[in-house]
Amino acid sequence: MRIIGAFVVLVVLWLLLSGIYTPMIVGLGVASAGLAVLVVRRMDLVDSDPVELALKPLGFPLYLFWLLGEIAKANWAVTRIILAAQMPIRQHLFAVQVTQKTDLGQVIFANSITLTPGTITVETEPERFLVHAVAYTPGTIGELTEMDRRVSAAEAV
Amino acid sequence: MSTAALIQEVLSWVLVVSGAFFALVGAFGTWRLPDFWSRLHAASVTDSAGMILLIAGMCLQSGLTLVTVKLIVIGIFLFITGPTATHAVANAALVSGLRPREAEGLIAAEPEPLTVAGGAEGDAEGTRKETAGAA
Repeated sequence: MRIIGAFVVLVVLWLLLSGIYTPMIVGLGVASAGLAVLVVRRMDLVDSDPVELALKPLGFPLYLFWLLGEIAKANWAVTRIILAAQMPIRQHLFAVQVTQKTDLGQVIFANSITLTPGTITVETEPERFLVHAVAYTPGTIGELTEMDRRVSAAEAV
Repeated sequence: MSTAALIQEVLSWVLVVSGAFFALVGAFGTWRLPDFWSRLHAASVTDSAGMILLIAGMCLQSGLTLVTVKLIVIGIFLFITGPTATHAVANAALVSGLRPREAEGLIAAEPEPLTVAGGAEGDAEGTRKETAGAA
């Protein structure tokens, strides 16, 4: 079952990326997808772990839109720092509490922090992330706590 | 040229030009900022704003074609790998002992000690012990 799924995904990827729909090219695509699936099977890499996406189908896209807004704001802030005559940087390494229950949620939170310019997740520990900020203000932690809350809210556990 | 096509053309060029602007700002910041940690942040301006705006502009240029689908796939890929790569670089610097210079009046949070007794995390703890042993 899983092997058929992998085959279908590979063929669809080929069709999307190739764009040439002559019998020979499509045939080559089907053949290479089949070969890839065969090799994976011979290597015994097919497991039966269920693929879990513990995210809310509506909540997560909404979170992504919110994140895009945050990225825009943060980009503008860092651009202003870079172009200012006296770059007003205030570097600080600090800890942020992590409340996500799933690994995927934590990865999304850590990557969201890094995606917004001005903050980078430096180290992940079981209960907290170490974050480096280039222009730290007392409000920075509050913003990240808000992001943490929103990621946790988008998780479906 | 119809009005809709004109709007599409103008909008796409606005996006491409502003994307190029942010990519340049990122490069300029990487050169201008004083040390390793602050330069990382400049690079992420190119990574996020530059990348998103350029890809959005190019999507409008190509309209509803297969090229747009490919651009979106590239965008999703970069959206995930960009921050992951930045984190890898930053984490490597921290583990090898490079600490950020703190602004006046601020005290850095300390990472947990590198040697953890009875590491429950398996692989991750193993690498940490190794690194600590080498240091």
